[in-house]
Amino acid sequence: MSKPRIAVHKFSSCDGCQLAFLNAGEDLLTLGALVDIRHFLEAGFAEEGAEVDIAFVEGSISTPDEVERIRRVRANSRHLVTLGACATAGGLQALRNLDDSNEDWKQAIYAQPEFIHTLAHAEPVHAHVKVDFELWGCPVNGRQVLAAVRQLLFGVAPLDERDKVCMECKRQHAVCVMVTQGKPCMGPVTRTGCGALCPRFGRDCYACFGPAENANTAALARRLEGLGLPPVDIARRFLFINSQAPAFREEGLRHYPPGFADD
Amino acid sequence: MTERTVSIHVPALTRVEGEGALRLRIEDGRIEALALDIFEPPRYFEKFLEGRQHAEVLDIVARVCGICPVAYQMSAAQALEDAFRLDPGPWVRDMRRVFYCGEWLQSHALHIHLLALPDFLGFDSVVAMAAEHPEAVRRGLRLQGLGNDLIRLFGGRSVHPVGACVGGFHDAPTLDEVRTMLARLRAEWPESEALIGWVASLPMPDDEQVFTSVALRHPADYPLAEGRIVSDAGLDIEIADYERHFAEEHRPQSTALFALLDGQPYLTGPLARLNLNLDRLPEATRALLEATGIRFPSRNMFHSLLARAVEIHVALVEAIRLLEAYVRPASPHVAVRPCAGIGFGATEAPRGILWHRYAVDGHGIIRAARLVPPTSQNQARIEADLHRSLLAFGLDQPDEALRLRAETVIRNYDPCISCATHFLDLTVQRQ
Repeated sequence: MSKPRIAVHKFSSCDGCQLAFLNAGEDLLTLGALVDIRHFLEAGFAEEGAEVDIAFVEGSISTPDEVERIRRVRANSRHLVTLGACATAGGLQALRNLDDSNEDWKQAIYAQPEFIHTLAHAEPVHAHVKVDFELWGCPVNGRQVLAAVRQLLFGVAPLDERDKVCMECKRQHAVCVMVTQGKPCMGPVTRTGCGALCPRFGRDCYACFGPAENANTAALARRLEGLGLPPVDIARRFLFINSQAPAFREEGLRHYPPGFADD
Repeated sequence: MTERTVSIHVPALTRVEGEGALRLRIEDGRIEALALDIFEPPRYFEKFLEGRQHAEVLDIVARVCGICPVAYQMSAAQALEDAFRLDPGPWVRDMRRVFYCGEWLQSHALHIHLLALPDFLGFDSVVAMAAEHPEAVRRGLRLQGLGNDLIRLFGGRSVHPVGACVGGFHDAPTLDEVRTMLARLRAEWPESEALIGWVASLPMPDDEQVFTSVALRHPADYPLAEGRIVSDAGLDIEIADYERHFAEEHRPQSTALFALLDGQPYLTGPLARLNLNLDRLPEATRALLEATGIRFPSRNMFHSLLARAVEIHVALVEAIRLLEAYVRPASPHVAVRPCAGIGFGATEAPRGILWHRYAVDGHGIIRAARLVPPTSQNQARIEADLHRSLLAFGLDQPDEALRLRAETVIRNYDPCISCATHFLDLTVQRQ
């Protein structure tokens, strides 16, 4: 039997999620023996149009060319898995979607904005093509990525870890930074996966893994208000790395006007 | 009269972080057009920083680059502390240096083994190379892993770490954690010595060229998280004066901006740092470099690979020295009192100088930001190098050999076109 074929594609992103593979050390060599890597530019594999069993996609869709390219990736892939916050929910750069700022920002940064071809919005992959499985996180957790690869190679659907950072904190015996220090922690509404890193460092979670299942964002917003946060600061907590995830976007926009730049 | 037009479409420039294309047109045995096009989709970091709180900045700028997030955090912390006129003190200074050593180790080991070495040993990827050079590859992966773990010690994770803040760190490692890390760092010391000798023994093209090196320089230490900006052409300025000497221009084929020093290309990165800071190397590292028989300062751009191996050793030596004196402080950070002002930060990212400027209001809200990454500084130099290197290599070489040489020259700069990738399409047109 021939080995399963995989590809890693990059769109608008920081390259940080594909490091889940490049930082895997010995596991990278093991993976190279288990599968046939057809496309993964940073690792030296260049066959963009290859048909594969699993395509991992990093980055959001933010240019007209990327719209065309993600459609080709979909057509060539049996399973399409998004790798991280940008591909899954648009990422930090989707902050430009809030005020339709694309044109203004382009004019401000580039002397010759007519050479820059971008879409008005930075969008998640699922806005354009069907996604089979989503891996959240900014960045993704390498353990979750390799576990998903293993599960897909065994022919089963990857386990979707959707419970809250709060649960992970309890498992880690981390002291609650909201209860003990009054910090505006996003743990109660954020998906686990990081290992409750921020609370373990004594700081408040900033929601880089996106919304957990059944996230009660309204209750958390009231709690943040109770801690003394003005509306614009509540908006900042929800409208950050996963500002386009529906649960965060809706709650954030309730507190957002008149925007960040003019408060 | 016969006229031959050759057009080659190579699917991708692999083993770089980013998206670009190289266009090369050769006519009558001369280079008529040569341009490195960068198509990195812009993400407008400088604009969405506006209106955010100072405490959010380190988490935002880390996301510019997954390979060097520590560099972005350290330049930003320095700039915001400059704006707030805040001195976080010697413990924070030393531990930031250790944190940064982790990133140099990780990034340089990744570049040497996963991105660059396949060129010099004749493979397409590290996976293929591992079959024939298992020990060398495993040594590289161990050093890379050690760097990642050193970042984790202070940051929790190696990509977009969460431990650093304006004023210092959110938390400090325990003595036990530091002792365990010290033992691992000491164990890799001989490995990093062997790496220098091995990289120095690789066959390198002998191709000297003229360029200006620009790097940070510190009164006592090999430059990492602080220093003045100096060049081998006599420049010696405060980082706040950067904009008076360096200007960025926008060219049609690129979404990166080209930075020039007094209108001319220049080099930043490991080779420039080493060329300008030989007298700041730790004693043990200097002895190893001298034993290679390769003379520095060097004008051979391919010695960048050796410079990275040397800096891996510097990172190990420095991390060990600073962690041997480790004490757990009462507080790992000093309190921040925002005030209105403008602040500057410049540190040596693995790929070169990373310069930041922020304007902040009295509430600590960012009003303006400017980030100048190393790759936009090197872009003009890469083009000049390509032009020169391909002429020296011989334009009558087969297209495939020309392409490989061009890619090797580009990879040599470890360009972090970061923040986008699809292809480097090389189109050669011959007439």
